[in-house]
Amino acid sequence: MTARWPTWLILGLTLTFLIGPFLIIIFAGLSAGNSLAFPPQGLSLKWYLKVFTIESFHASFALSMFLAVFGTLAALVIGIPAAYALNRYDIPGAETIKTAVAAPIIVPGIIVGLALLRYLVVPLDVTITMALFVAHTALVLPYAVRVVSSSLQNLRVDMEEAAILLGCTRLQAFTKVVLPNIRGGVLAAFILGFVTSFNEVPVSLFLSGPGVRTMPIDMLSYMEITYDPSVAALSALLAFMCVAIVFTAEKFLGFSRYV
Amino acid sequence: MSDAFVSLSDLTLAYGESIAVPNLNLDIQQGELIALLGPSGCGKTTTMRAIAGLMPAKSGTITIDGRDVTRVPANKRGIGLVFQSYALFPHLSAFENAAFGLRLQRRPESDIRSRTQAALEIVGLAHLAARKPSEMSGGQQQRLALARSLVMEPKVLLLDEPLSNLDARLRLEMRTELQRLQRETGITMVFVTHDQSEALALADRVVLMRDGVIEQIGPPDSLYNTPVTAFAADFMGFENIFAVEGTSLSSDQGALAVSYGADAPFLGWRPGAVRLGSGSHEARVRSVAFAGGHREYVLDTQIGPVRADVDIAAPVFAVDDAVMFDLPQETAHPLKAS
Repeated sequence: MTARWPTWLILGLTLTFLIGPFLIIIFAGLSAGNSLAFPPQGLSLKWYLKVFTIESFHASFALSMFLAVFGTLAALVIGIPAAYALNRYDIPGAETIKTAVAAPIIVPGIIVGLALLRYLVVPLDVTITMALFVAHTALVLPYAVRVVSSSLQNLRVDMEEAAILLGCTRLQAFTKVVLPNIRGGVLAAFILGFVTSFNEVPVSLFLSGPGVRTMPIDMLSYMEITYDPSVAALSALLAFMCVAIVFTAEKFLGFSRYV
Repeated sequence: MSDAFVSLSDLTLAYGESIAVPNLNLDIQQGELIALLGPSGCGKTTTMRAIAGLMPAKSGTITIDGRDVTRVPANKRGIGLVFQSYALFPHLSAFENAAFGLRLQRRPESDIRSRTQAALEIVGLAHLAARKPSEMSGGQQQRLALARSLVMEPKVLLLDEPLSNLDARLRLEMRTELQRLQRETGITMVFVTHDQSEALALADRVVLMRDGVIEQIGPPDSLYNTPVTAFAADFMGFENIFAVEGTSLSSDQGALAVSYGADAPFLGWRPGAVRLGSGSHEARVRSVAFAGGHREYVLDTQIGPVRADVDIAAPVFAVDDAVMFDLPQETAHPLKAS
């Protein structure tokens, strides 16, 4: 019984490793000094306030928000029917298709980014925003298909048949019976997609161009020029936003059941 | 064309290339309660799904109430189906589950309320209208599934294994309920079951199926008392069925010389028709079980195990006792090969 301390030590170290950086960033942003450092040189909220006054962050935040919301919505529009088809119909090679759909998660982002840049943006002269939108939709699609699939697997097929016998068309059976019952999974897929898209770096790095940058890329380039604590403050704010979203989802939906 | 209410003629059903039901012919009268009985894989569920429109017909026709519905999609056939799993909608209350079909038809709200309420009352669930299916017992869920179908006033009500998920007490309750419903509404019902006692207890007519083919069809008592084939007899509780060769009985485990022959290729005896304690053949008692009014013996004999039910008042034999037994000619039931 006395030998419990190693367990606690390992747990403590693990938690420190997981949460430590987050805490460091929060406090680094609270610094009163002019360069990024930990422990902070005095305490002040000025860097947290300064973040809101940096022009380029406005644009990049708006772009990242747009990509996260609409890229994920687009992925769901494609992913829900795809998940439905893969689960309900006896499609030849369904397993292969499922694996292929997961490719953007498995293939390193740098390769996806390079490929999109070389074979989509350059030859087709696609706008940067459009290229980013397509890339983010593709990156989020695996999550949409996977999470929605697992919800569908738990939903019995005879429920749809019952709806059809009560007068539904196939589409009505889907909208009136299937969709309401996988709603939690769809929301979970949305949140997962949102967070993934918002935090995405490697692919966006390749596709970002002059004046069009996602939030994380913009932060990287800001840091190359200015090494002040505002980046830490911004990181902390973004982390709080993501934590708040996931926490809300967990509280109201039991998010962790779906992921 | 016959004047039957539901008529399946030369109906062939297939999953891809493999034919599940070849050339089925079956007429069902209005208000009849029909059981499709058979072991799993006999095509009974496939046939039911074809009547509902969930399974396309490869060839042949299905007519309901004088109308050819073979190509009519399932949502336009006006048929109710109570699924074995009940298939209730978990996101809706009991009331909304029952009202689902009427809402689709965009009926006036007052109409929906009164008809749904009436259906819930018929199955005794009016007081649970606000509950979610997950908050109801298995028996209540099944009655809700029944109400959800009944509210649509279907021409035919199909039930998939309606009693198999229920415990013994609920089973009796549901059986009574279904018979009462049929009497009160005059609705034509077809139910699928693999349990012969369920089929016999409930149905007006039993359709015994085997490998997609109707083996025998008739009222419960005729099926029970006069099964025509060895398969039907086996299903109806003739546990001792032996092939006849000249004046001996045989099974894959041996032969037994008897004093009689038969015109039929097989003879069958219910356990109660076997004579124990006297007779011309020797056996050893393998097991004996008390079953209320009688004892159930399993005997090791020259032709393998023989089951015998003996009145409780008769002398008792113990396991491993040597006994004499007979398969009497006068209690033998002649059977065709099939």
